Amino acid sequence: MFSAPVLNYSLLAPILIVLGGALLGVLVEAFLGKTIRATAQLGISLGSLVLAFVQIIRIHSERSLSAAVNSVAIDGASIFFQGTVLVLAFIGILFIADQDNFAAQASAIPGSEEERSAIQTGKQQTEIFPLTLFAVSGMMLFPMATDLITLFVALEVLSLPLYLMAGLSRRRRLLSQEAALKYFLLGAFSSAFFLFGSAFLYGYSGSLSLTGIANAISAGNGNDIFLLIGIAFLSVGLLFKVGAVPFHSWTPDVYQGAPTPITGFMAACTKVAAFGATLRIFYVGLSAAQWEWKPIITTISILTMAVGAIAAIAQRDVKRALAFSSIAHAGFLLTGVIALNKAGLQASLFYVVAYGFTTLGAFGIVTLVRDSAGEVTDLNRWVGLGKKSPLIAGTFVLFLISFAGIPLTSGFIGKFSLFNAAYESGNILVVVVGVLSSAVAAFFYLRIVVMLFFTEPTSDSVTVVIPSVMTRIAITVCAVVTIVLGVYPSLLLNTAQTFANFLA
Amino acid sequence: MSIVTTLELLPLLGAVLLAVIPKSNAELAKRVALATSLVTLAVAGVMAYKFQVHDSAMQFVQSNKWIASFGINYAVGIDGIALVLILMAAVLVPVVILAGWHESENGKWSAKVFYILILILETMMVGVFAATDVFLFYVIFEAMLIPVYFLIGGYGRGERAAAAMKFLLYSLFGGLLMLAAIIGIYVIAGNQIGHTFDLAQLSTLTIDSATQNFLFLGFFIAFAIKAPLWPLHTWLPTAAKSATPGTSILLLGVLDKVGTYGMIRFCIALFPEAAKTFTPMIIVLSLISILYGAFLAIGQKEINGLIAFTSISHFGFITLGIFAMTSQGLSGATLYMVNHGFSTGALFLAAGWMVSRRKSSNIEDFGGLQRVTPVLAWTFFLAGMSALALPGLSSFVSEFLVLVGTFTRYPVAAIFGTTGIVLAALYVLIVIQKSLHGPTTPGNEDLKDLNLREKISVAPVIALLVIFGFFPKPLLDAINPASHTVMTHAGVTDPAPKAGK
Repeated sequence: MFSAPVLNYSLLAPILIVLGGALLGVLVEAFLGKTIRATAQLGISLGSLVLAFVQIIRIHSERSLSAAVNSVAIDGASIFFQGTVLVLAFIGILFIADQDNFAAQASAIPGSEEERSAIQTGKQQTEIFPLTLFAVSGMMLFPMATDLITLFVALEVLSLPLYLMAGLSRRRRLLSQEAALKYFLLGAFSSAFFLFGSAFLYGYSGSLSLTGIANAISAGNGNDIFLLIGIAFLSVGLLFKVGAVPFHSWTPDVYQGAPTPITGFMAACTKVAAFGATLRIFYVGLSAAQWEWKPIITTISILTMAVGAIAAIAQRDVKRALAFSSIAHAGFLLTGVIALNKAGLQASLFYVVAYGFTTLGAFGIVTLVRDSAGEVTDLNRWVGLGKKSPLIAGTFVLFLISFAGIPLTSGFIGKFSLFNAAYESGNILVVVVGVLSSAVAAFFYLRIVVMLFFTEPTSDSVTVVIPSVMTRIAITVCAVVTIVLGVYPSLLLNTAQTFANFLA
Repeated sequence: MSIVTTLELLPLLGAVLLAVIPKSNAELAKRVALATSLVTLAVAGVMAYKFQVHDSAMQFVQSNKWIASFGINYAVGIDGIALVLILMAAVLVPVVILAGWHESENGKWSAKVFYILILILETMMVGVFAATDVFLFYVIFEAMLIPVYFLIGGYGRGERAAAAMKFLLYSLFGGLLMLAAIIGIYVIAGNQIGHTFDLAQLSTLTIDSATQNFLFLGFFIAFAIKAPLWPLHTWLPTAAKSATPGTSILLLGVLDKVGTYGMIRFCIALFPEAAKTFTPMIIVLSLISILYGAFLAIGQKEINGLIAFTSISHFGFITLGIFAMTSQGLSGATLYMVNHGFSTGALFLAAGWMVSRRKSSNIEDFGGLQRVTPVLAWTFFLAGMSALALPGLSSFVSEFLVLVGTFTRYPVAAIFGTTGIVLAALYVLIVIQKSLHGPTTPGNEDLKDLNLREKISVAPVIALLVIFGFFPKPLLDAINPASHTVMTHAGVTDPAPKAGK
């Protein structure tokens, strides 16, 4: 007999609202005229994100494992991660709203007559908005999924729109399309790895749910080879998404090629979702097998911190540099995974929020530095920006200082709480490597500060454009959050403490 | 609200006030900054007056919750050691502002920004000495790098950006090691007495000796970079050559003292056993610093570099006094910190005026200044005499106490240290002979002597050097109970004096 699944719609409403908004966006794209389309899309996107967030707040104290046939968990961590994705996506949309960054007609071949006429007639397509919403819904599902199939579906739902979005840049379209293709191919590989790992874990435990796998590990009668292969391949899939060494090589290329607002969105929100899922898988599903995977993940975490920090120094392009910095931050976040304690989870929750805002803000500023041909990402041409536009350069320095983890910024509190959790769990080596690679990373961030402020500007046509109202709001919010969470972190730390739990 | 908090808020308030003053009105900005620093000095004076010298406990204590989930408090309080250092900072800031009235004009940014940075720095200088919460201390310790970075990089001379970078990277590196150690002690506290960063509570922990050694090193390396101890000193001469005189005074006079202060407050108080373990190594490093700094000072051709290397030598003395582990040595070291602040301050002021008049910082370019600019020459002379610890000037008292305190426990180290005094005479007298005496070097004939503003600004410093040289009692009265407390807590007693035969 086949019985209809029982769904608890109010608990699933946040995702459903976002999906609904995305579908509405597709209809709008198809039927609405070009004059009001962009406005309508923006309204729908922001509106559905706000509605979903309101619903998150309404259900924030609900706890349930059976909201959708035991395949998603409504618990503290999943509520927190969903809320974080929504808020960061809201800011991300404000940057995306600046349509100037995207190809007018994505299907037109770069440099073709079709493309030129699309730009001339102002036929700006706005499919970027529904695509973003689809990605957001996947990002919300990923951290709450409790079985391997749902995890895989969520992974695909969040990845597929991102592959497309990475190729939508208006300028340097070939580079953008190359990035999209690279991201897609490597992403497909990693998905395959994830699926392969899932199959082995199923073979080991006879269960797809994380709890079932955890029980099988505790019982210990399965074939350990299957378990090891399963963990290894599943980890590869996850580590690819978070951009950990040695699965990081796509990050700089994709970050550089994708339109900058998308890069910011990807860097912030994907990391939140991917770490949400990673934390759940390792904390809930695999914690009993920690002696198997902990040494490997510890090594990867150390490598990621070190390679990210060192490679960043050699970069000449600001987007690539920020990409390597995001790799280093993935390494820091992995220390929260290894910690396997409540402090580690709490610290990770805080860190993703702090990091998300700072990252969005930093990429937001990159969109403002332009010359006649579009964005300028060559760091050598950023020289002396502090003189041309002290406020923008100063804000960028604030974000860099937060990345570097200097006190009175959110980045410092985040790093402190992560290292504290790692130390508590006995991983002193990780803490030492962490602080040392922070010192290396600081050198790289400072080099940019020197370029911006202490080097005489060359006679170059680089200018800082006047930001649109939405961009201005978004950057201001990011800067304020970065400072407030640095000076008075209790606001978020207490929330993170309340929500730092997994239902199993 | 404790008076210490008031003292922290005042300069910050001034900085906010400066921020709203129009950029074009530099003169007003300078006056507001000076007035703020003078008010701060007055409040610091009131605080000193209210301070109970015989009470060895922390005074003017205040504690408010800051980050509750980590047990972090905004907790301040001062003992005699912190008091004298805060007072020194409060005296030096108005001196720096008044003496360097035109210092901010060659910078990359407006004068206003310069003074905002200075006042923010003053807030942090008070805070760093007053913090009794280790986390709060660390936050200020790191955050104060940023204003200094911009002061050197934005207003300095020569290779200022590189010097600022070197300074910041060195300090940040040390600070991050300290962060690892702070996390370590926090976790240990969590296992023993519950999560706290309170200094008094942390010093009651029992930590096994291996862990204690590592944590001690984490703190000590950070402080040894700050109060540059050989071989971690290389950032200092670069920074001193590039910074403006005012920045140099605050950097060497006050900020570097955070290092030596931290050794007392954290290294010894939190890890007394490890401190004893590492004492021989640290004493050797101190002696190397004393001699190395002195020898390199003799060889310097650049006047700011010379002052920087003399400071490295003096920091060697201070560290020697601290780790001699006698209350005499510790009191001497603390007194040395204050005196070094004033005497280096006077040296940098005089040297800064010489450089800005002559447009060169090479010692060779000066000569016969005592005939052309007698007041400036005498100022430099007195400051130099204080640097070589001439009896009658305040440095003598502290250097003597350090050596006596060291001798009672480590006679050989004290003897080596004493050779530093001889070398000090050499490096000071050589530069004085070259720059002040002899025939007037061509190009120096028309140099102007100090004007009234400059005289007023340097007068209090010179006066303090002389007064504390003859009458160091008020300072020692404040310092002695605190250093006894530190030594008692560390579980060491002064060696009994050997009876003469």
